[in-house]
Amino acid sequence: MSQKIMAYRRENGRVGVRNHVVILPLDDISNAACEAVANNIKGTMALPHAYGRLQFGEDLDLHFRTMIGTGANPNVAAVVVIGIEPEWTKIVVDGIAATGKPVTGLSIEQNGDIATIAAAARVAKDYVHWATELLREECDISDLWISTKCGESDTTTGLSSCPTVGNMYDKLLPGGIYGCFGETSEITGAEHLCKAKAANPEAAEKFMKIWQSYQDDVIEAHKTSDLSDSQPTKGNILGGLTTIEEKALGNLEKIGRTSTYIDALGPAEEPKKGKGLYFMDTSSAAAECVTLMAAAGYVIHTFPTGQGNVIGNPIVPVIKITGNPRTVRTMGEHVDVDVSGVLRRDMTISQAGDALIDMIVRTSNGRHTAAEALGHREFVMTKLYRSA
Amino acid sequence: MSIPQLLVHDHKDNVGVVVVENLSAGTNMTCVITHDDSDFQLMCSDDVPIGHKVALQDFAVGDTVLKYGEDIGKIVAPIKKGEHVHVHNMKTKRW
Repeated sequence: MSQKIMAYRRENGRVGVRNHVVILPLDDISNAACEAVANNIKGTMALPHAYGRLQFGEDLDLHFRTMIGTGANPNVAAVVVIGIEPEWTKIVVDGIAATGKPVTGLSIEQNGDIATIAAAARVAKDYVHWATELLREECDISDLWISTKCGESDTTTGLSSCPTVGNMYDKLLPGGIYGCFGETSEITGAEHLCKAKAANPEAAEKFMKIWQSYQDDVIEAHKTSDLSDSQPTKGNILGGLTTIEEKALGNLEKIGRTSTYIDALGPAEEPKKGKGLYFMDTSSAAAECVTLMAAAGYVIHTFPTGQGNVIGNPIVPVIKITGNPRTVRTMGEHVDVDVSGVLRRDMTISQAGDALIDMIVRTSNGRHTAAEALGHREFVMTKLYRSA
Repeated sequence: MSIPQLLVHDHKDNVGVVVVENLSAGTNMTCVITHDDSDFQLMCSDDVPIGHKVALQDFAVGDTVLKYGEDIGKIVAPIKKGEHVHVHNMKTKRW
């Protein structure tokens, strides 16, 4: 399927659908300076978060990968990085600079917040002038990287909104987009079906290794009793989901009938095997998962919900799809694509998929999603273990 | 056909999902199997909220519940055809 969108083609050839100037804190104690800069310079956005100090090993690698990936995302035009000290700040700046986009780093030690904020504000102002003169240009829908994750699922997601996303993937993946699904814990109960959806034995093995290691290292190591109070969540149970197996089968509807995944990625890892669908090892918590997929380079997120998850992301538009007529009625302001007709049998899954593709095009062209209009900017880093 | 009250994913399934609000006990439901759009009627014997499951057969303790044509858990309290199926009478086989 070839369809034109109006979007931003970045220095490295990637296509973005937003044009953010980001003020990125390397660490928790640089949040205040970043927020001050974003408050002073209109048209910029700070991304405060909780981590970045005394991390080490794989956890530190993930921190850097998430920071660099967020700055490098094609929805971001330019970045000012502020950290407490210069060395780790430089690692993030150099990583983002590899994309060719404008990026400057400043550090607070021996300068103080006020001087750092002043210097950063001058750079940020120049970036805003530059970025706001960039023009959208004609690109193809196949230039998009589109991720998915569902939340506050119920039985209607497996019947309507998840297969809607699956239908979108079945239609757009053959044309050449990048896709991504994750939620390692939430595939439990359908892991055999997920394994069978791999395009090659290597991807299947990689997925099963990630899934098994989550069972062994996290679930078995930390569970105090039956996990039935956590997976499914209380919201899932209110919505009629009874078991993790039932939830997982509905979840997996998101990857479609004909689509297969070509690789299994670590958290926030950039896909490297070309166009196609990827599995990513992520938490099933919405904000953590979307933050990781955004850091891997995905520019649009499709989010099926049943009971009504309200999540957004600061740099990636999150398109909400629901088929639950009660959710449409009670919290319609959060819904971008209403597929409740699927439950009434007056809309087919294929028609629902087309409605989602239409909303992806409109969102790419600049339409703000419900989450953007409502100010949802959940930016949540994944932490693998306690800091030193 | 009228708007269905219950949707079933697959012919192998032994539960279906209520897709309308305010379904009350005694309703003769129109049920649709989404796999091929075939339909049947079933009397619902409980007030079942939207999104919740209804038994398409009688179940004994230990029976397997099938949805999407797959195993989604086991029965832990007896259920009659047409009754509400949820955490009070069904449980995961994992964990």
